[in-house]
Amino acid sequence: MLNKPFPRPTSLTQPFWDALNEGIVKIQKCNNCNSWIFYPRSHCTNCLSPDLTWKKINGTGTIYTYSTPEILPTASFFVDELPQKIVVVELDEGPRIPSNMVNVEIKDIWIGMRVKPFLDKVSDDITLLRFEPA
Amino acid sequence: MGLKGKSAIIGIGEFKPEKIRPGVPDTFTLEQVSELARLALTDAGLGPKDVNGLIVSGISESAYFIPSTVTEYLGIKVDFGDVVDLGGASAVSMVWRAAAAIEMGMADVVLCIIGSGLSPMSQDEIEIFSEQKPFGSSSNLWGSPQAEFDIPYGHIAQNSGYALIAQRYAHEYGYDQRATAKIAVDHRTNACANPQAIFHGQPITIEDVLNSKMVAPPLHKLEIVMPVFGGAAVVLASKEKVAESKNRPAWVTGCGERVEVKSRHYAKDFLNTPIAAASERAFNMAGIKRRDIDLVQPYDCYTITVLMTLEDAGFCGKGEGMAFVLENDLTYNGNFPVNSHGGQLGFGQTGLAGGMSHVTEAARQIMGKAHVNQIERCNNVYVSGTGGIMCEQSAIILQGD
Repeated sequence: MLNKPFPRPTSLTQPFWDALNEGIVKIQKCNNCNSWIFYPRSHCTNCLSPDLTWKKINGTGTIYTYSTPEILPTASFFVDELPQKIVVVELDEGPRIPSNMVNVEIKDIWIGMRVKPFLDKVSDDITLLRFEPA
Repeated sequence: MGLKGKSAIIGIGEFKPEKIRPGVPDTFTLEQVSELARLALTDAGLGPKDVNGLIVSGISESAYFIPSTVTEYLGIKVDFGDVVDLGGASAVSMVWRAAAAIEMGMADVVLCIIGSGLSPMSQDEIEIFSEQKPFGSSSNLWGSPQAEFDIPYGHIAQNSGYALIAQRYAHEYGYDQRATAKIAVDHRTNACANPQAIFHGQPITIEDVLNSKMVAPPLHKLEIVMPVFGGAAVVLASKEKVAESKNRPAWVTGCGERVEVKSRHYAKDFLNTPIAAASERAFNMAGIKRRDIDLVQPYDCYTITVLMTLEDAGFCGKGEGMAFVLENDLTYNGNFPVNSHGGQLGFGQTGLAGGMSHVTEAARQIMGKAHVNQIERCNNVYVSGTGGIMCEQSAIILQGD
């Protein structure tokens, strides 16, 4: 089986991944209009200001939607995870984040479910931000 | 503001879809594009010297300089060359760009061509393709947001993305599996009246759909398109050139487009799809009402796409789509014909050219050149295109005289 594709941080996104390695969730906030931003970017998605600050958040949120693919014609990397527990989490700060659920049965996943981060160290450099029931 | 309806589709070129298997296709995209151009121009009663505008999508032989590569191969010179990169919305968006170019006086005859996206491959190309294929339409290059934040979590395939939409839809508005199944059934009925369709001669029932394999709940296999080999082209022309054509023209009277996000989960208004804004603009431009439409040709990669397009384009209220499709007959001889060619669900998804199948059928119906599936009085047609996970969408209105 092919190796799973891991994130390759850029100089801009590195603080996000560094924080996860330290057990912390950090996302950006705009100093001009106070919008929260995910994923990490160079400019605010509300006002296009380049003046953004990294802020520590607790990473809790609710499941906005989910999918549990039973057949994956394109993503052969994830064949060992079938059926996948794919979720979109709406962070309490507002932004949505694509991820996976762990420590839960598919039948127990529901929209509106409270979730908290599950930091999954998958390599020396990378910790993935997955979620589990809060 | 907007189009004045002074250009029309007057020619169609289309391959009959074929199952993808070793040896299919045996032609490169440039060869496919050439044959599609010949077919469309012949249908229009025009020759290559008449063409002075060209819009294409990607070709597998080259990642750049695509319009000039195609004009050189065809031996034509154009005054307007363009590439449209809007996924399944490309075909519809090509048509309005062609119409705009003609109305501006940039061109008199514009070819819009989409090949299959498939070509014979050398061994090293097969290896590169095998590495890229698992990422589908997401980019796994360094610095790509999808590579960093979607792909590592398995947010890749279309099936999963459309399931995310369907699950949220179910949460907000409710979900009736028999209703989405009926969309697939009515599309298949239309395909059975179209000898060109890949599923011609293979009718299905609601039970067949519900008993087909669950791919990503609530999406069953028969609610999802099957990729096939194909390709399609249309010729648009100015009023002066239209007058020379034998075909009844399909005038482009309205258009709209909305490009939003690459990954649908970042869309703030997740369930209000881009087709809402695109369709509103198209109808306002054409100056006609939803009830004036004789045939609706919505992009149909999944049944949920059809359902939400009917709602967001304003053919029924938000959250009323399930009841609407159960109460109305969507077949070619029904009270509310939808995708009379069978849609891509019934005709086959010919790559990016699948989006063109909605356009070619719309024009064919207005020309009165459809098969058993010909609609008796077809003057006003709505066509939509959808790229990605309903991330970019476009709409056009085509009208007969």
